[in-house]
Formats: sequence, structure tokens, C-alpha cells
Amino acid sequence: MAIPITTTGLPQPAEGISGTRRRSTPHRITKAIRTNRKATIGVFLMAVFIFVALFPGLLAHQDPNAITNHVFAHPSAAHWLGTDNLGRDVYAQVIDGTRNVLILALAVGLLTTVVAMLIGVAAAYLGGVWDSVLNFVTDVLLVIPIFPLLIIIAAYLPNAGNNVLILVLAFTGWSYTARQLRSQAQSLRNRDYLLAARVRGERPRYIIVVEILPVMTSLLLASFLNNALYAVLAGSGLQFIGIGNGNNVSWGTTLYWAQQNNALGSGLYVWAIVPGACIALMGAAFAFINYAFDEIGNPALRPLTAAKARKAAQSSTKRRLGSYGARAR
Amino acid sequence: MRFIIRRAGFFLLTLWAALSLNFFLPRIMPGNPINNIISKLHNVTQAQELAIERSLGINNKAGIWQQYLTYVSNTAQGKLGLSIGNGGEPVSELIKQALPWTLGLIGITTILAFIIGTAIGAIAAWRRGSRLDSALPPLFVFTTAIPFFWVGMMLILIFSSILGFLPSYGAYALGTTPSFSLAFIGQVLEYAILPALTLLITSIGGWVLTMRNTMVTTLTEDYVRMARAKGLPSSKIMVGYAARNAILPNLTGFAMSLGFVVSGAILVEYVFNYPGLGNMLLSAVNNVDYPLMQGLFLIITICVLIAILLSDIATAILDPRTRTGG
Repeated sequence: MAIPITTTGLPQPAEGISGTRRRSTPHRITKAIRTNRKATIGVFLMAVFIFVALFPGLLAHQDPNAITNHVFAHPSAAHWLGTDNLGRDVYAQVIDGTRNVLILALAVGLLTTVVAMLIGVAAAYLGGVWDSVLNFVTDVLLVIPIFPLLIIIAAYLPNAGNNVLILVLAFTGWSYTARQLRSQAQSLRNRDYLLAARVRGERPRYIIVVEILPVMTSLLLASFLNNALYAVLAGSGLQFIGIGNGNNVSWGTTLYWAQQNNALGSGLYVWAIVPGACIALMGAAFAFINYAFDEIGNPALRPLTAAKARKAAQSSTKRRLGSYGARAR
Repeated sequence: MRFIIRRAGFFLLTLWAALSLNFFLPRIMPGNPINNIISKLHNVTQAQELAIERSLGINNKAGIWQQYLTYVSNTAQGKLGLSIGNGGEPVSELIKQALPWTLGLIGITTILAFIIGTAIGAIAAWRRGSRLDSALPPLFVFTTAIPFFWVGMMLILIFSSILGFLPSYGAYALGTTPSFSLAFIGQVLEYAILPALTLLITSIGGWVLTMRNTMVTTLTEDYVRMARAKGLPSSKIMVGYAARNAILPNLTGFAMSLGFVVSGAILVEYVFNYPGLGNMLLSAVNNVDYPLMQGLFLIITICVLIAILLSDIATAILDPRTRTGG
């Protein structure tokens, strides 16, 4: 349940419609990644994780589930990160777990955003009683503490696998995104081009899919990234407290075994350090990409360069002009 | 005032929704809670089985609506049933023991994180373009992505395992009895340092970033320029003009982030084995202690709702627009 840090939720002017010069989208994206340092870090980290998830066999040659007599081993040439209580190689578990965490993040991010989109856009577009009912459900889900609810749901579903975890996270985590999407769809609702579509006699489904959704792309993308970050943290948190299937190779599960076997008290530090660092880095990848998108969409948030900052400090009037200048670019 | 009453009404409805979730979740889930419990115990007699059913509020003879009404009215009277573990103590009694620890640790740290984070965010926005402002956002974007429990483990590693000068287990030393003596309070504070630090490190980032990003926008408003033109001292402009308005989204964000705080609190209590509600919830899950689980979920929801209501009142005081309807 990451604290929402984006400002994309505010109703924004439709992007791309009023834009004057438009370069091809791939070109704009690669330029943004190269010039924004946070985007560079985030994309780099994400690329590494995707590579590891796709080709775990290139990096680790041991079976992460192979139980041996060599238990609680300290890091060595044979076991780079040592072994756990069952003699399983921790390094192989970390490498192999990447795929599980990445699938969890991407699937929950996607599914949550889709559910939120359906509910938020439907509420804004249908209006009336539908809006009130959907809004109430959204508001309730927004204030009910989700994490304890997840723990309780999981308690009724012992040994739930990754897929159940994905479904539960997605169907409880959509409320914040739905709220944002609803307010954006509402501000779009009375635009002239939508009125025109309605006058033309287009069906609601056509209007929502063809006219409204494309405009919401940037917010949808931000929501996807935010929800993926949420999935990494909440999913790992649940695995860490031993909920779900303990045989599922995942970073949270590895940490669960480390905690259960008092890795910190018995000097097996890397067993606890590395999987957690991986969770933090994958979370950071999503968070950095998201924050960079936010800066690209809202130039006022961008860091000022040293020269601009000096100029801005000269006088308050110039500071005002400077920020206008930054926004006009 | 009408705003607050409307919100309070909404919270009552939310509470009802939480109650209903409590009631219907075990009934729609695959598997039978009674069988789950019985499979954990040995040699259960007919009478004991009936007692377990009773304590869960399940009465197979009555219709489901009858059961629902009984459950709601019992809960409204504070009858949360008997715990299945813990020697069959009443759930309300167990909650009473754990609640002060959670409120003390989590409540105080959350308020501290809010104040410190908001202040840092305001200063970063005020010194726009300085070295501080360019270093802080990336740092705090990173801290919001670190898992709570891992921060806790790393602090235990550094301060307890390696340096060995801070306790990492429980809320006070084993064998001492809680009292209001100075020595005991000092001990409680010492034991709270690491869990509190964990929560501060991971939750401060959100406040800093929201505050900074909003204040960057308020600093370009006309009333701030007007204040400068009048020659008001900088500190007055920063606090009274820019920060006072920029804090509003942070207060509304409080409601959203409480879920984050609760999840963090549960994980941190677990890592440090702190005797609060979160830790109790996890042990209830392990013992398939459904009445305790349901009671804890309810009390956590109530705490969150009260906290949100308080932040709503604060918003209403600071922002006249919410008071005049709209």
C-alpha cells in the first residue's frame, strides 16, 4: 500500500491534443529515459530484473529446491550466499525467485489497473445511481485497512499459490486508482468531442474505448507502475509472515525462512540481506520510473539545473518568470 | 460541521461493511472454519464442537440472516466472543492488553513521521534547486520502495547483532512487570527505538514527496508573490503562506496512507515481536483463532476510521472551503 506520491491524479488537459510539435512516440520515450536520471536508473534496474527472470539458468546452475545435508552454510565458492535450514542454495533461490516476484508485480499491476479502470470510468460515465453505488464501494475499500484484510482472507485460504495471491491483491487494491480515473473521466465527460460522439449516436462502449481511454494513457501508466510497486511490497510482506505456499520460491518466502531460523542471530547475514535488497531494488525500479514519468508530465517538479537555480535565486520576479519558462518548454 | 457529520455517517456505513466482511468471509470461503479448528485440536467431543460453533457465532439451526443479526448486535454490545487459543479468554480482554502498545508505538511514530516529513518537504521546496532539493527526492523515492520488515531486520542486524547495544525483541525485558516507574518507562522507550526508527525511515518519504511537490506549485501562486512584495519575512511566507496551503493534500493523503501505516505496523510488530495488535493478529492466524482474528480486524478498522476522522477535522479547520459545503 504505497503512499500515492504522484500528482497525475489531478485533472489534466488532454495530452497530445493541444500539443504543437509531435515527434514519434518511441523517440520521445527513449529521449526521456536518457535525459531523466531517475528514469535511467529505473529502466536499467528493471532491464536487469527482466533479464534474470527470463534466463535464470544462465546465472544459477543449482536447483533452488534441492535439499542437501549442507545446512546453514556460510557463503563460499560452492554456495555464494550460503544455504538455508534445508541446505537449499540461497543464491539459486534469489535468482529463481526473480521470476515469481516480477510476474506478481506485472500481473497485479495490470489486473488492478484494469479493474480500477472499468469501475472508475463506468462510475464517471454512467453517472446517477451507478456512480453513487460504485463510489461508495470505492470509498469503503479506500478506508478499510487492506493488509489485515489480506491476512484474514489468506488465513481462510491455506496454501494459496501465486495465482490466488495475484487475484486477492488485485481485487482488494483497485480503489485508489479507480478514484483517480473516475475524477479524470469526469472532467473529460463534458468535453465537446465526447458530446459530438454522443450526438453522432455512438454507443457508450465505443465512446469509452475509443474516445476516453486513449486520453487517459498517462494516468493509466502511472497507476500500473504504482500498483506494481504495491504488489511487490504487499506480496513480499505476506510471504514474509508465512502466508501462502511456503514452497513457492520467492524473495519474501526466502526471507520468511531466514527470519524463522534466526539468520540475524546466528551470523548468516547475507541470507537476510540479499533477498530484501532485491525487493527494495525492484520496488525502487517501479518507483523511479513512476516518479520520472510524473516529472516529465509536470515540468514544475523537475530538478532545476545549477545555472537555472542561480538565476532563479536572483529575484522573486525572475524566479516567477523562470518557472514560467520551464513550463513553456 | 455538516462536513464532519457526513463523514462520520460514512464511517458508520464503512464499519457496517467491515462487520459484514467479518461475517460473510468465512462463509463464502472454501473449507469450513470449524473443521479447520477441530483438525488442529485432538479428541473433540460433541459438546466441545458445539462450544466452538457457539464461540464463532455459527448456529446451524438458525437461518443465515438470523445469525447475521445476532452477530451484529453482539458486536455492537462489545461481545466479540472467546478466543480459541490463549486459554479461552474473551477477545475484548486480549485486545485491551495489546491496544495500548500499538497505539503508543504506531500512533506516536506516525504523527512524528508526518511532522518531520512535512517539514523536510517544505524546506526542500523552499530551497528549490539547492543541493538539498536535488538530493532529497531520489533518496525518498527509494525509501518508499524498501519493505518495512527488511528495514527492521537490517536495523536489528546493525544495532543488535553487530553493535549489540539496542534490544530487538519485545516491548520490555522479559521478567519485568509493567508499572509506572521511571525505570520501566525508560526501558519501554529503549525497546521502542528500533521499531519506531523502522517505521520512520519507511513512512517519511511519502510525506516529504507529497509536501514538496505541492509546495513547489503553491510557491508560484500570486498570494506568495504578494507576500514577498509586502516585504514579509521569509520564514513567515514559507510557513504561513506557502506551507499552510500546501499541507492540505498531505492531510487528505493521510487517509490514503493509513493503510500503508497499518501494513507496516503489522510487519514491524512481527519482526520485533512487539506485543501489539498486529503481532496478535498474526499469531491468531497461526492458531486458526477466528474470533480473535475477526475482533482484531474490527478494532484495527475502528482505529483507522478514527484517525481519518481526526485528519478530516484538521482539514476542516485549516481549509474553510470544506466547511462551507462543496
